[in-house]
Amino acid sequence: MSEVIVITSGKGGVGKTTTTANLGVGLAIRGKKVALIDTDTGLRNLDLLLGLERRIVYTLVDVVQKRVGYGQALVRHKKYTDLFLLPTSQVADKTAIDPQEMLTIVQAMRNEFDYILIDCPAGIEQGFQTAVIGADWAIVVTMPEIAAVRDADKIIGKLQSENKNIKLVVNRIRPQMVKDGTMLDMTSIDDILSVDCIGQIPDDEKVVDSANRGIPVVEWKNSAAGSAYRDVVSRVLGEDVPFKPFETEGFFTRLKHVFGH
Amino acid sequence: MLEALKKIFGGSSAKSSDLAHQRLKFVLLNDRTNISPEIMENIKNDIIQVISKYMEINQNAMEVSLENDSDSVALVASIPVSSVKQKNRRR
Ligand SMILES: Nc1ncnc2c1ncn2[C@@H]1O[C@H](COP(=O)(O)OP(=O)(O)OP(=O)(O)O)[C@@H](O)[C@H]1O
Ligand SMILES: [Mg+2]
Repeated sequence: MSEVIVITSGKGGVGKTTTTANLGVGLAIRGKKVALIDTDTGLRNLDLLLGLERRIVYTLVDVVQKRVGYGQALVRHKKYTDLFLLPTSQVADKTAIDPQEMLTIVQAMRNEFDYILIDCPAGIEQGFQTAVIGADWAIVVTMPEIAAVRDADKIIGKLQSENKNIKLVVNRIRPQMVKDGTMLDMTSIDDILSVDCIGQIPDDEKVVDSANRGIPVVEWKNSAAGSAYRDVVSRVLGEDVPFKPFETEGFFTRLKHVFGH
Repeated sequence: MLEALKKIFGGSSAKSSDLAHQRLKFVLLNDRTNISPEIMENIKNDIIQVISKYMEINQNAMEVSLENDSDSVALVASIPVSSVKQKNRRR
């Protein structure tokens, strides 16, 4: 029986799609059969992050409108053959997929996959309802920024009222800023949101580089974000992995930054 | 020494991360208790039902609201009483 997880946030641009792609690839690397569903209709990106944009034929909207079954819309990853993407339409809008229709599709897909990850659009409108309805539990992604944490709290309230279990991923942490006291730290975020945290992802230039290439950082050995995402994968699989402290810049590196440029 | 240097270079002494923490605490207290007018109306009607068993109240002048001070939220009701019902009077 599969586990269906929605990746959501409230505020836009905090790393939902990045997290979905990395968790998906990470679970596939660990031998799970995984389907990723993009519900950001009209603004799809998951295909790009996975390098699958040129292989899309049918979309979720075609499935909803019964032109094809979901199996025909699934795009299989070349390298990870147990990883599939169910893309959405780039031309339709969020009203094209009704929550009940989404629920039916997700229920039908459950038999076939170990994990189904749903990439949610930003906001709390219909797109959110559609993304959330079929999920067993939710990952709320936020950033250590005042507005992102506030919006996360709103989403957490909404998910709790729908009785969804919630785990937190804090993305784009800048260890040096946290150390300097210019960025919210995990203790403050825990105090405010009181949700079990399964990921602390540092801000990492390699995430941008990896998006350019369509290869998620989770498989990059030399990426700090990639390593943090591998730990998220382990925690989703139920393993008890401690949080590793981040490297901050040493005194000389900082001097270099101050005087270097 | 370090503090003095910080002042010279214009860094403020309060860490902005602490400031963000405090501000979030306050704003979420508001956000979380910001319940819809519809629910507020339901609460008001329920209060009227309960109180009316014991006294006659002026429903039109009744006010129910949520009020915040720095670290707590209170449900404040102002309920003008017209008369206390006979059977509930102290003898
Ligand atoms: N850990 C990170 N380090 C550096 N950049 C990151 C990190 N995580 C995400 N980003 C960048 O932030 C941007 C937004 O990421 P992403 O698209 O995953 O967010 P999103 O929540 O899905 O956005 P939307 O709400 O628009 O769907 C991207 O440009 C991405 O490359
Ligand atoms: Mg996205």
